[in-house]
Amino acid sequence: MSENISKIIKEVCEANNKDRTRLMDIVEAIQESVGCVSSDAMNLIAEEIGCHRVEVESVISFYAFLSKRPKGKVAIRLCNDSVDKMKGADEIAKAFEKELGIEVGQTTSDGKITLENTPCIGMCDQAPAALLNQVVAPSLTVEKVKAIVAGLQKDTDPSKISLGLGDGNNADSLVGSAVNNNIIKKGDVIFADNESGTGLKKAITLSPEEVVDMVKISNLRGRGGAGFPTGLKWQFTRAAQGDQKYIICNADEGEPGTFKDRVLLTEKFDLVFEGMTIAGYAIGATEGVLYLRGEYAYLRTFLEKKLKERRDASFLGKKVCGKDGFDFDIRIQMGAGAYICGEESALISSCEGLRGDPKTRPPFPAQRGYLAKPTSVNNVETFCSVTRILEKGADWFSDIGSVDSAGTKVLSISGACKNPGIYEYPFGAKIQDILKDAGAENTQAVLVGGPSGQFINPSEFSRSICFSDLATGGSMVVFDTKSDLLKVVEEYMEFFVEESCGYCTPCRAGNVLMKERLGYILAGRGEIADLAYLEDLGGTIKKASRCGLGQTSPNPILTTIKNFKPLYEKLMKKQEEGMQPSFDIKAALGDAERIAGRKSVIYTD
Amino acid sequence: MSEKTLTIKIDGAEVKAKAGQTILEAAEEAGIYIPRLCYLKELSPHGSCRVCLVKVGGKFQTACTEPVVDGAEIENNTDEIKQIRRDIVDMLFVEGNHFCMFCEKSGNCELQAVAYRLGILAPKYPYLFPDAEIDGSHPDIFIDKNRCILCGRCVQASKDLDGKGVFEFVGRGPEKKLAVNAEAKLSDTNMDVVDKATDICPVGAIIKKRIGFATPVGQRTYDEKPIGSDIEQKKS
Ligand SMILES: Cc1cc2nc3c(=O)[nH]c(=O)nc-3n(C[C@H](O)[C@H](O)[C@H](O)COP(=O)(O)O)c2cc1C
Ligand code: SF4
Ligand code: SF4
Repeated sequence: MSENISKIIKEVCEANNKDRTRLMDIVEAIQESVGCVSSDAMNLIAEEIGCHRVEVESVISFYAFLSKRPKGKVAIRLCNDSVDKMKGADEIAKAFEKELGIEVGQTTSDGKITLENTPCIGMCDQAPAALLNQVVAPSLTVEKVKAIVAGLQKDTDPSKISLGLGDGNNADSLVGSAVNNNIIKKGDVIFADNESGTGLKKAITLSPEEVVDMVKISNLRGRGGAGFPTGLKWQFTRAAQGDQKYIICNADEGEPGTFKDRVLLTEKFDLVFEGMTIAGYAIGATEGVLYLRGEYAYLRTFLEKKLKERRDASFLGKKVCGKDGFDFDIRIQMGAGAYICGEESALISSCEGLRGDPKTRPPFPAQRGYLAKPTSVNNVETFCSVTRILEKGADWFSDIGSVDSAGTKVLSISGACKNPGIYEYPFGAKIQDILKDAGAENTQAVLVGGPSGQFINPSEFSRSICFSDLATGGSMVVFDTKSDLLKVVEEYMEFFVEESCGYCTPCRAGNVLMKERLGYILAGRGEIADLAYLEDLGGTIKKASRCGLGQTSPNPILTTIKNFKPLYEKLMKKQEEGMQPSFDIKAALGDAERIAGRKSVIYTD
Repeated sequence: MSEKTLTIKIDGAEVKAKAGQTILEAAEEAGIYIPRLCYLKELSPHGSCRVCLVKVGGKFQTACTEPVVDGAEIENNTDEIKQIRRDIVDMLFVEGNHFCMFCEKSGNCELQAVAYRLGILAPKYPYLFPDAEIDGSHPDIFIDKNRCILCGRCVQASKDLDGKGVFEFVGRGPEKKLAVNAEAKLSDTNMDVVDKATDICPVGAIIKKRIGFATPVGQRTYDEKPIGSDIEQKKS
C-alpha cells in the first residue's frame, strides 16, 4: 500500500475521531477516494480505530458498494430491476458492453470503468437507469449510452457528462441531476402547499406528551410498510429509560418499485426534517439521523445545505425556535447498497458501523436502539405527515382517508402504464381507479407493495389501498399481458437471495431452494407436486425467518401460485417413462461422459 | 433479575418460570427439551438457526430469545412446529457438505443428533453442494467450512469468553462465510487450542487435531442417548 493511501486512511479515521461506530463513514470515504478497501487498508483501519481486522472485512463484504478489490474509477451500475428490464435494460446492458468492450461484472483494461448490475435504484419511473458512481443516468437509450461511454473515456468524472437537468429541485446546482420528480397527483397532506416551520412552532407550544397524544389521536400509522401506529411508537420511546435518545429517518427505500421517498427528499425535505425535529421534541431526543440509501448519494450535498439553512433559521441546533431546553440536530448517514438496511434494526446496526444484520428483538429499538439508546425509526413520509398533523390538527388528518387508515398514501407507480410517477391518494383508493389514472391498459397483474407484497390479478382490482386491505409501503408495479410474469417472479426471488443478510437459516438457505425449484418449472421440468413443495417451503420460510425480509421473501412465488396458477400449470410436464421431470438424465450423465470420454449409448440426444 | 415466579404453559403443561428467563431456559429447568443448535448457555442467544422456534400466543418466536411472560401459552411439540424444525435442519444439511460417515464429529455432532431426534433420515431438499474451504494451517486446530452451520458460537466465544475476536462472518446471504482475523489462515491469528472457541462448535467445523477417533464411533455422546436426554432427566 502506498504511503499516500496510508495517509488518506489515517486522515479519514482521524476525521471520524477514530470512532469504531463510524466505520461505515470511514470505509465509504476510503472506497470513494481510493476505489477499494484493500486487505492492507483493512489492517490499517483496524489498527487506527482499535478493532479487529476481520470486523472491518465483515463490514466491507456485506455492502454491495464497498469492495476489497479495486474497481474502476467509475462504477457504472446498471439497474436490473424487472421494471428496467420491461423498459429495455437488457439492450442498454448490451450497448454498454459493446461500447466498453467488457462484460457486466468486469473492469476495462485501463482500470477506468467497471460495469456491474445493481438492484432497483429507485428510478423505475424513468427506467432504464444506471448509476455512474453517484450520478444518476435516467431514461437511458442506446444513443445516451454511447455518449456516456465516450464522455467517461475522455474524463472519468461522471459529473462532467451532460445528461440534462430534471424538474424541480433536481435542477438545483447542488443536485444537478437529470432525474425527474414526475409528481402526477398531488393530495391534501404531503404535496399540498405549506409554510415551513408552522408545524414545529405549534409543537413547542405543547408539552411533548401532548405532541405524542396528538399524533396518536390523528391515527397516523407508519408509511414504511409495517404500519405501526406512530404515536404509540413515540410513546414507548419517550417512556423508555435512557440518558440519550435518537430519532432515525428511514430513507433506505430499497423495496423494488418504490421511489416516493426520493421525491419527498427532493421537494419536501422541509416536511421531513421538521417532522424529525417534532419527533425529537416529543420523545426527548437531541439527535436525529437521516439514513440515506447509497443510491441517493446525489441528494446528499443538497440535503446538507438544507439542514444548514434550517440551523440558520433556528429550526435546528441549540434552543430550537428559541425554546429553552430543546436542542436537536440531524446528521446524514449514508448506506452502501443493502436492501436489508431498510429493516429498522438492521439500519441501526449499519448506523453503528456494523454489518446490516437485524438485531434480536426484544429489546425493540424503542427500548434499546441506536448505540443501545431508545430510538424511534420512522419512514420519510411518516415524518412528512407528522409535520402536517401539527400544522393542521389531528382531526383534520384523521378525517382524510378511510375508516381504519387515516391520511394519504404516496404511491410510486411504474411499469406498464402511460404515466409512471408519484401519486398521492387518500387511503381507500381503489386499484382500478389508480390504474386508470396511471394510464394502464391490458393489465395482467399489479404488484402491490413490491416483491415483499403481493401480485394481484384483475379480479381483485376493486380492492383498495389501506391497512386492512392492500397495505403497501408505496410501490405499485403494473404488468400488462406482454409480461412474462413468472420470469419476473424469478428475478424477484434472485433479488431476495442476494439481499438476504444470511443471518438465519430459513431465509439464507430457503430462498435459494425456492428459486432453484422455480427455475426447474420455468425450464419446463416441473411437475404439479412442485407447487405444493413451494408452498410448504415458502410457508416455513415465512414462519421461521428472523425478520421481515425472510417473512415476506416467498411472496412473489406464493402470491402468483395463488392468483396466477394457470401460468404455472401451463408449464408442467406430464411424467414420462417413470422419470421425475425435474431430473435431467443427460445433465446428470455429463460428468461421467466427460470422464469416460464418450457419450452414453443409452441416453442419446 | 427479579425472583418473581411466573407460570407459563408449554403444550398445555404448567411450568414455573422466573422473570427475566427466556422460554428455552424456563423449559429446560422444567425438564422440557426444546431442540436448538446455535444456542449455548455460556453465550448470549444468537437466534440464528431458528430450530428452537415455538409459538407464543399464536406468534412464532425463538425460545432462546423470547422472555417469559406470565400466563403465556406456548406451543412446542405440535405437528406444525416439528415440521418447521425438520425443514430447517434439512436446510442446514443441504446448504453445507455433511458427509457424516467420514466426519470425526459423528456421534458428538449436535446437528446430526437433532436430525435423528426429529426423525430425519435423509433431507428432503436437493443438496446445494457449495464450494467451501478447509483450513489446516493451525498446528492444533482444523477448520472445515463444509460443515459450518454459521451458528456464531465460535465468533461470540472467541470475543466474549476468550477476549480475542478470532472469528467473524463475511459476505451476506448464501455467500455468508466464517472468516478468521487474518488475511487467510487460522495460523496467523492468536487462536490457541485451549481457547473456549475451540470447544464449542456444534458440528465438525472446528476440530482439535489428533484426537478425532479417541472415542470410537458407537460410544459417543449421542450414540448412547438422544440429544436432550440430559435435560429431560431433570423432569421430576
Ligand atoms: C427488508 C425490509 C426492508 C425495509 N425497507 C424499508 C425502507 O426502505 N424504508 C422504510 O421506511 N421502512 C422499511 N422497512 C420497514 C422498517 O423496518 C420500519 O418498519 C419502518 O422504517 C418504520 O417506520 P414507519 O413506522 O414510519 O413505517 C423495511 C422492512 C424490511 C423487513
Ligand atoms: S430473515 Fe433473512 S434478512 Fe432477516 S435476519 Fe434472517 S437471513 Fe437476515
Ligand atoms: S465453525 Fe462451528 S461454531 Fe463456528 S459458526 Fe461454524 S458451526 Fe458455528
